[in-house]
Amino acid sequence: MIRQEKMTVVSQRQIATNIFELTLHGELVQDMTPGQFVHVKVSDSLEPLLRRPISIANIDKDNNEFTMIYRAEGRGTKVLATNREGQLVNVLGPIGNGFPVEAVKEGGTALLVGGGIGVPPLHELSKQLNTRGVKTIHVLGFQTEDVCFYEEEFNALGETHYVTVDGSKGTKGFVTNVLELRAPEFDAFYSCGPLPMLKALEGFYPDKEGYLSFEERMGCGIGACFACVCKTTDQIEKDYVKVCSDGPVFPKGTVAL
Amino acid sequence: MSRLKIQIPGLDLKNPIMPASGCFGFGREYAQLYDLSKLGAIMIKATTVETRPGNPTPRVAETAAGMLNAIGLQNPGIEKVMNEELKFLESYDVPIIANVAGTETADYVEVARRISAAPNVKALELNISCPNVKCGGIQFGTDPETARELVAAVKAVSEVPVYVKLSPNVTNIVDIAKAVEAGGADGITMINTLIGMRLHEHTGKPVIANGTGGLSGPAVKPVAIRMVYEVYKAVNIPIIGMGGVTEAQDVIDFMSAGASAVAVGTANFVDHFVCPNIIEELPAKLDALGVEHISEIIGRSHR
Repeated sequence: MIRQEKMTVVSQRQIATNIFELTLHGELVQDMTPGQFVHVKVSDSLEPLLRRPISIANIDKDNNEFTMIYRAEGRGTKVLATNREGQLVNVLGPIGNGFPVEAVKEGGTALLVGGGIGVPPLHELSKQLNTRGVKTIHVLGFQTEDVCFYEEEFNALGETHYVTVDGSKGTKGFVTNVLELRAPEFDAFYSCGPLPMLKALEGFYPDKEGYLSFEERMGCGIGACFACVCKTTDQIEKDYVKVCSDGPVFPKGTVAL
Repeated sequence: MSRLKIQIPGLDLKNPIMPASGCFGFGREYAQLYDLSKLGAIMIKATTVETRPGNPTPRVAETAAGMLNAIGLQNPGIEKVMNEELKFLESYDVPIIANVAGTETADYVEVARRISAAPNVKALELNISCPNVKCGGIQFGTDPETARELVAAVKAVSEVPVYVKLSPNVTNIVDIAKAVEAGGADGITMINTLIGMRLHEHTGKPVIANGTGGLSGPAVKPVAIRMVYEVYKAVNIPIIGMGGVTEAQDVIDFMSAGASAVAVGTANFVDHFVCPNIIEELPAKLDALGVEHISEIIGRSHR
């Protein structure tokens, strides 16, 4: 169920250049699943006006805490980055349909491919897959080493490969360069990141089960305004899907790329 | 709640607050958050004869204290709206104002004839002011004679009162208001969005795929208040005011300028509970003004 709650800041820290990790405490954590997102009002003023959709990077139901990792680049996220311990943040959520962790059986292997600020939701996903006895392989792409994060966290969960566009960390190039070299064995793939990356992955693994998380400019975040619609392929009956309420995660082949 | 009751043609409103068309879908999403029966009315998303796919994305962009949108009247067409959406809304005790759109007069007439027969549709809102579609919409709302003729044609077939949504993108909104009144309109809703544009910081190109979009949110409120004020003086039919309403004081302002009821648009995206919150806050506002019934403040700026 979607709820609105003033959540308390537990901690906020910068973990890479312009990348922040914010942990919040509140009741709506109990309803969260990996791949969902929250819609955050960063300030009580009229400026900036709209909410910001931010993905969920870590869920701690025992302590009613969750973590989001975001890039403080625009007006809204820069305001969000000023929040300190004890302050209240207006959060609507959890929103959307996340990653199906049950898609890979115990003893199986999942390939998790992330790009930039699409990496955070894969962290909670990987945690839950590991808890279910699924082996995870992570291939994470970033622009440069400065904006890489969570290396230790992902390493602790499974085999992890870093890729940077400028080659400052890991393999130089794109995630597909690593996948060409490595050709891992896996049962299903999960991905979140820029559209070209999602498109490339679909082409790479036409015979594999896969789940892609999309991003689109949003208005309401709950499916009422029709701002974040995507055209679908001919494979499903609907002409369009809404990223916020039908997604953000769709099975491979749903959205026309 | 009787302090907030308002009666205008076709609409017996338990309070004067309603979500504006295009900002509330067909109510389903907000029904997950609160009881829709709390609302004075619901202005549902624009409905056309056929399914409309809408514009390419991105369709929204934030601006200073506002937003631009160019959704492009995406809707499933009248058949589905009647059979699925209006049926769903029947389970709530709330009158529906159906926003009617089209590309030519015959489309408006067809949608108006059919949708006005739905049991919970108590009024129509003629959309002659959408700035985001190439055909239909705004060109009907910028020429007084065209607007008058369209209203008359729709009035001839509608089973419920007809309100006309005016565009602010005209030289003189009073001329259009008078024309739709002459055409037989039972009321006016105003304002639709202002045509605007935002350019991308890096590329210098428009952020919205459509190029231009409709500006809404708190930034447009002074324009909307001025226009409601002017139109109230010029016509004898009620006005439902809207444009940047985010809190109870905005409702007081619109009603003071001459609105009999007030619609809330963009604010629904920012605070999804804004409509019930405003309804709850209004009695205290009336107390502060020393007013027993909300209707006493309608048009007080003119007295």
